[in-house]
Amino acid sequence: MLTVILILIPLAISLILLTIKQEKAIRQFALAGAVVEFGVAVAAFITYKTSCHCNLLFTADWLTTLGVSLKFGMDGISLLMVMLTTFLVPVIILSSFSHTYSRPSAFYSLVLLMEMALVGVFVAFDGLIFYIFWELALIPAWFICAVWGGHDRIRITFKFFIYTFVGSLFMLVALIYLYFRTPLPHSFDFQWLYAATLTPAEQTWIFIAFFLAFAIKVPVFPLHTWQPDTYTAAPAAGSMLLGGIMLKMGIYGMIRWMIPICHQAVQLYAPVAIILAVTGIVYASVIAIRQNDMKRLVAYSSIAHVGLIAAGVFALTPYAMEGAVIQMVSHGINIVGLFIVIDLIEQRTGTRSIRDLGGIALKAPRLAIMFMIILLGSIALPLTNGFIGEFLLLLGLFEYSKIFAAIAGLTIIFSAVYMLRMYQRTMLGTTNGLTEQVSDLTWPEMVLFIPLVVMIFWIGLFPGMFLDVALPDVLQILNFVK
Amino acid sequence: MTLIVLLIPLFPLLGFLVLGLGFRAVPKKWATVIGTGTVLLSFIVSMVVAFNLRYFAATLPGFSFDWISIGPLKIPFAFLIDPLSVVMLLIVTGVGFLIHLYSVGYMKEDPGYNRFFAYMNLFVFFMLLLVLGANYPVMFIGWEGVGLCSYLLIGFWFKNREYNNAAKKAFIMNRIGDLGFLLGMFLIFNTFGSMSFGQVFAQAKSMPAGSPAIVAITLLLFVGAVGKSAQIPLYTWLPDAMAGPTPVSALIHAATMVTAGVYMIARSNILYVLAPATMTVIGITGLATALFAASIAIFQNDIKKVLAYSTISQLGYMFVGLSVGAFTGAMFHLTTHAFFKALLFLGAGSVIHALGGEQDIRNMGGLRSRLPKTYWTFLIGTIAIAGIPPLSGFFSKDEILLHVFEYSWPMWKFAVAGSLMTAFYMFRLLFLVFFRDFRGTEAQQHHMHESPPVMTTPLIILAILAAVGGVLNIPEIFDGGSRLSAFLAPVFADAAAVTAHQVPLPHSTEWLLMGITLAGVAGMVLWAFNRYVRKQPVLLPDSARRSFIPNLLTKKYYIDELYDFIIVKPLDRLSTFLHDVVEIRFIDRIVNGVGNMVVWTGNTVRFIQTGNVGFYMFIMILGIILILFLNILI
Repeated sequence: MLTVILILIPLAISLILLTIKQEKAIRQFALAGAVVEFGVAVAAFITYKTSCHCNLLFTADWLTTLGVSLKFGMDGISLLMVMLTTFLVPVIILSSFSHTYSRPSAFYSLVLLMEMALVGVFVAFDGLIFYIFWELALIPAWFICAVWGGHDRIRITFKFFIYTFVGSLFMLVALIYLYFRTPLPHSFDFQWLYAATLTPAEQTWIFIAFFLAFAIKVPVFPLHTWQPDTYTAAPAAGSMLLGGIMLKMGIYGMIRWMIPICHQAVQLYAPVAIILAVTGIVYASVIAIRQNDMKRLVAYSSIAHVGLIAAGVFALTPYAMEGAVIQMVSHGINIVGLFIVIDLIEQRTGTRSIRDLGGIALKAPRLAIMFMIILLGSIALPLTNGFIGEFLLLLGLFEYSKIFAAIAGLTIIFSAVYMLRMYQRTMLGTTNGLTEQVSDLTWPEMVLFIPLVVMIFWIGLFPGMFLDVALPDVLQILNFVK
Repeated sequence: MTLIVLLIPLFPLLGFLVLGLGFRAVPKKWATVIGTGTVLLSFIVSMVVAFNLRYFAATLPGFSFDWISIGPLKIPFAFLIDPLSVVMLLIVTGVGFLIHLYSVGYMKEDPGYNRFFAYMNLFVFFMLLLVLGANYPVMFIGWEGVGLCSYLLIGFWFKNREYNNAAKKAFIMNRIGDLGFLLGMFLIFNTFGSMSFGQVFAQAKSMPAGSPAIVAITLLLFVGAVGKSAQIPLYTWLPDAMAGPTPVSALIHAATMVTAGVYMIARSNILYVLAPATMTVIGITGLATALFAASIAIFQNDIKKVLAYSTISQLGYMFVGLSVGAFTGAMFHLTTHAFFKALLFLGAGSVIHALGGEQDIRNMGGLRSRLPKTYWTFLIGTIAIAGIPPLSGFFSKDEILLHVFEYSWPMWKFAVAGSLMTAFYMFRLLFLVFFRDFRGTEAQQHHMHESPPVMTTPLIILAILAAVGGVLNIPEIFDGGSRLSAFLAPVFADAAAVTAHQVPLPHSTEWLLMGITLAGVAGMVLWAFNRYVRKQPVLLPDSARRSFIPNLLTKKYYIDELYDFIIVKPLDRLSTFLHDVVEIRFIDRIVNGVGNMVVWTGNTVRFIQTGNVGFYMFIMILGIILILFLNILI
């Protein structure tokens, strides 16, 4: 039942928000709702039993003739994704308070709607329901970017919409085709879909369809060109939702749906996918070195980081898969932190251009410390969250192929290069006209960082809790490819 | 005992947390007490642990909780206390404490006083983790952590762009090495199914020498050591690292962090003796670095740069020692080097402090009378590093040279040449700074003063250590007990069993080798004396034209320029190319092309929907005919 509540709370709040007029009330209500949602997720986490997913399972009939049922549930992987989502949304809402958005009720309503769709994606145990939530998530994301975004937003978000939507259509076709290959009576239930009998050729086609849908969302090189523009044009909250949570839908989809359903094709084409992902790591890292817009730099760094996650997923080894799951969480936390830092700098100086900034650490030492901690997580320094994920991912990838691991490992060098360059040019050095008047973090702004910093060290120091939750289900998924 | 071991890294960590979180709210007086006191406490506890280890037990039970644990992958947060880690513990906390104490005086006027001590404590914490770790991943935590602190402290005065560049360069070059270390760890896990020292070494013992896996593992780990210990080709960050405050150079870039590579290889000794190919690589790298850096040091005019190249060179010696299996010799030299190089750096700091920030030795001279304590201690450090008996450097260097001689006679010749260069550049430095007349400005002359006791006391203690440190391991030829060798013997026992036992050299040969080296060193000292004290020293400004070789050495063989030309610039250009051409003109254009094609097809197809039923019929019949044809054809 908790699972359904997790979907209903954001939906209800989203609808109620539309009726509120006063901006302050809207903000408070949105934040309170998101916090309650997180509380429920924590409750689910506590009551969750690794051995059986029964207490979080919910089934109700719906479109029985088609074999579609409202089946929601959570295994360890879903649970971590839901935790990530519900943890980040309050932070994102809080970070939006410093902006005065036009039509605030619509804005916050869309954020909550987005949360509902994201949670839905992660808890759907029925293929069609999964698809519905998947597409549903795109709508608020697109509105947030297109209405409240920055320069050239219409062209950019249109491309984003079409690109990801086309990818999703391939998935829809694949799902329908699969449906007719499921044992009688046909059903979209995930276990039925897992049990679909497919010829090798069919596997290949379904694999390609799924891969397009998921890889565009992640995005995996070379399907990534919508991403830097969209992250840059989106409002701060939009970038955070996209980079922090939405791209995990793609990775999650690969793990939950693609690997079990077309396991033979996955094994066959894994090298291709890994080559693409590893190419993307190096390619995006090298591009990030020379970026001048902080958001764009982070966008490219994100392509590199998720490239490593994708490579780990296709390595099909337990360590890499565990690394992928934990790194999805860590990446979400770190990228949201980075976008918050960038947002605060932009609010204070009016620019995100690296070459126009400098010396901020002199004026805002607290901001400098927060930025440094998040940066360290992002470049995977041991004892931060990023290290656990990248260590496991590279270890798992190493078991698959030593060469690929060595090339993918370049990310630890490159990430230091571009991240430290960004830090140096913006925070260090002497102040200039733009940064002269920068003020340090206020206490409400500090509150924004505290949960993120706590999680960076929590995962970095005591990853056991998170690793253990996901492990049985990771092994179960990997059973399909044994 | 278990909990007591835990205290060693805990004190500096607490110091960091209090100073870091308290930030400016902590009064300076308290920052001093916390910053230095925590390291002193660690030192005291380390002494207790060392005492216990020496007289009561071979290894203490470690403390442990599982950090990362997935199925067979178990990485406990475990510590290992054995003679090797105890030696390092004492150096890190002991020398570390003295340097912290010195910093109280040196950083007194700095507005970032608290921040400085916070970073320093954090450094000590990570260095202790590195030393105490009972498996490679925990060592790696410390390994990367000290790199971070090095970054933070090199760029401590972060207003200066040059300093920031130096800091960034240090971190990135270290990270290149770290990738090697990381891959080495993975291969260890792949080969042995564990990353814990105990299990890995126990299994390795039974493996044949020269097996490809072990050679690959040792080479990869050595890449890590090359980065951290500033060897060719990843050494260029260390001279730039002198941008940091001088106590940082003494602690991190001389006494402790840069020796981590040596420690790591000594720790993995069993793996290395099983990989003769790697040992050859280490020997060549170490020797080349020792000579290369020493030759550059002769022509440097920045007091700290001379010492930096000297450090690189001395680290090269330690690697040479490791490569011939002289693990104790390398650790012995590491120890004495920690004493005398920390002393020299702190002495240099005292000089810089006295001259209001001046670092160019061409503008110094005659400081002997004005800074007597600094002079005498610096003199002791110089004699020690030059390898003149009976000071510590003589014994440690001699031990390495002796093993090198046993291993290879040509290698010994090169190693001796390096130590002659060391004697020359160190005495050149000493003479130019402290002898003849002062060459600086009036204002400097007026301002010049001896450092306060809080700075000179560490100098004096380090000078005593540098002078008598040799007693740790006086060889048998001097009727010494080789105490350090005996103490460390259990750690290196397996390695010693693998390496073939050589007949010890006859004493006459030993005396002869020592005599040759000493005569050379004496010659070098006299030559330097002649050039820089007896005659008016010839000091060319930077812009002066020099003949080919002096120019090449003054410009440090143009290695920085070379790296800039073959790596930094091309990478920048590649980045621009990938973004402007591949990304925008190629990949994105294809994406947009596909999109436009869909639109175009849509528009084109729309014209076919004419609404004319006859046209539809025509198309339909055409289609049927086509299908029939295809049926016949296929």
